[in-house]
Amino acid sequence: MGYGIEEKLPSGILLSSVEEIVGLSHKSSMWPVTFGLACCAIEMMAVGGPHYDIARFGMERFSASPRQADLMIVAGRVSQKMAPVVRQVYDQMANPKWVISMGVCASSGGMFNNYAIVQGVDHIIPVDIYLPGCPPRPEMLLNAIVQLHKEKVRHRPLGANRAAAAKRAEEAAMAAVPTQLQPATHDHGGYVGKNLLA
Amino acid sequence: MSTLLTLAPEFASVVALPAADVPPSVPRADFSDTPIWLSAVKALLLFVFLLLNTLVVIWFERRVIGRMQNRPGPNRAGPFGLMQTLFDGLKSLFKEDVKPAAADAFLFTLAPILFATMAFVSFAIIPLGGTVNLFGHQTPLQLTDLSVAALLVLAVAGVAAYGVILAGWSSGSTYPLLGGLRSTAQVISYEIAMGLALVAVFLYSGSMSTSQIVEAQRNLWYIVPAFISFVVYVITMVGETNRIPFDLAEGEGELVAGYHTEYSGFRFAMYYLGEYINMFTVSALATTMFLGGWHAPLPFNLIGDGYFDSGWWGLLWFTIKMWLFMFFFVWLRGTLPRTRYDQFMAFGWKLLIPGTLLWVMAVAFIRGAQLGFLGDSSIAIAGREIPIATLIVIGVLLVAVLVVLWLWETKMTEREEAAAKAADVPEEIDPYAGGYPVPPLPGQRLREPSTYPALPRAGATATVVDTPTVENKEA
Ligand code: SF4
Repeated sequence: MGYGIEEKLPSGILLSSVEEIVGLSHKSSMWPVTFGLACCAIEMMAVGGPHYDIARFGMERFSASPRQADLMIVAGRVSQKMAPVVRQVYDQMANPKWVISMGVCASSGGMFNNYAIVQGVDHIIPVDIYLPGCPPRPEMLLNAIVQLHKEKVRHRPLGANRAAAAKRAEEAAMAAVPTQLQPATHDHGGYVGKNLLA
Repeated sequence: MSTLLTLAPEFASVVALPAADVPPSVPRADFSDTPIWLSAVKALLLFVFLLLNTLVVIWFERRVIGRMQNRPGPNRAGPFGLMQTLFDGLKSLFKEDVKPAAADAFLFTLAPILFATMAFVSFAIIPLGGTVNLFGHQTPLQLTDLSVAALLVLAVAGVAAYGVILAGWSSGSTYPLLGGLRSTAQVISYEIAMGLALVAVFLYSGSMSTSQIVEAQRNLWYIVPAFISFVVYVITMVGETNRIPFDLAEGEGELVAGYHTEYSGFRFAMYYLGEYINMFTVSALATTMFLGGWHAPLPFNLIGDGYFDSGWWGLLWFTIKMWLFMFFFVWLRGTLPRTRYDQFMAFGWKLLIPGTLLWVMAVAFIRGAQLGFLGDSSIAIAGREIPIATLIVIGVLLVAVLVVLWLWETKMTEREEAAAKAADVPEEIDPYAGGYPVPPLPGQRLREPSTYPALPRAGATATVVDTPTVENKEA
């Protein structure tokens, strides 16, 4: 991971202002890598068309070379054979980079619960936003992009702030109540032994 | 030191030599009242001017292509998305600068620097306006002028090609290498046609100094007498700047991103910048050579004794004309697909270069006749003295053009007739005549099975041999 001088600043007003500018520029100019895997990619291409126009966010410059790309939209099911390729494209992208897992197939394997499909792209690369749907509508992809901007890009902590944020996240995870100790959100037992089709 | 001093005047006279041949009626830009520090200030202003133009043009390109495709284009960053380019650049600065392990570290860094700096150099000789008062000095709006200024642009473009080929080679990767080779071949082949196209302008103006060429166009822009040169130049300038439809050096479908595939971050931003400055350079040269440079267009140069045709106003006209070419670039990009590499090369070498050579010869004769080298008797037509030699040259040219057109027309007619004959389909076909099932063409009938020749039976070989086949009957 090569980081520039902005990462070495001490925490304070200066670092916050730099964070502000960096976040704004990354948000305003996020180039996706030209890359589609299956049916979801068709919807992703529709986002580039006149009706939805991803260019409004300055994102129509799909970058053919992963070196210049900031965002990977994993659009479609990831077959076992494709997994190394996906991982390589991700590794070739320059930092900072983000990943949207588009569609249920990329997020969890979806309907393809079989030997040929990776059961969720997060097995091979870190995912920032999961976007459900089969396929998600173009509006949903736009929403995912806006959410990504809002949550991960616009106020991305740098340098000392990033270390502090990582520490906070770690502490929160340690303090969280494990799921099996949490109260049930719904009644699993209600259906046991019943014929749901009757 | 003394040798230097004695050499200096000789050197100066050698540099000044070509200028001495130019008729004194066309003055060169006068730099006598321009101290060195003012040149430095002008260089800085030029740099800022170009950077501002680039900031606007990338936004302009994306917005205009958006409108051409019925969509808004970038509109989130700043008012009307105007900050888009700025954020693009900033983002590149904040991005990791990857250097592949197989790359040659020194050349990998040198190549983008070479490319970006060379892009700026050509602008030094472009006249942006008339003589103005800058910090108390009367100085032309031009950084410097040379007797061979137009050649400088071509030479610098040649050096900038190194930025591309070195990038391709030093990346240590296949696609950049192929992209770099393509781009170099492209730049070299199209520079020949470009230089030849400019020769016509030199012949008309009698000079290669840009300020003199602009001054010589005060009455008539060279787009009129050298129209063919203009067309060739406009084609080659697209080839020279690697823009659609000639962006073969970075064709995504074939070469990922061409020579800058391995570049990211700031180094990539230098290529991005350099490409757009190159577009400005070729547009500025086109303006200077063919559209009268900074001179005012027609209605304005007549107002108020040339008030709009001098000083700072020149900057306005120059910028407008340059941006017309930029719009043309964007228009092409919004309209045309990429050409095939072999077609592109064949077009350059087999059509543009020989065509321009012939055109330059023709211009040489026209010019020679105008200057009276071919005899100076003249006749009066419609109140104007026209040298007879000019009329003869134009007559010969017209005849040549007519002969070429006639030959071409004859050939085309022959080809059409041959095509029509080949397309003449018989009314009826036998779908199994050649042994394979063949569907009928539109308007064709299948032969009725009852008219087929009898199928060969065992023991009837002799009769079958005698039976004529369908093809034999027709023949
Ligand atoms: S989520 Fe649906 S649309 Fe997307 S890749 Fe899977 S099957 Fe195709």
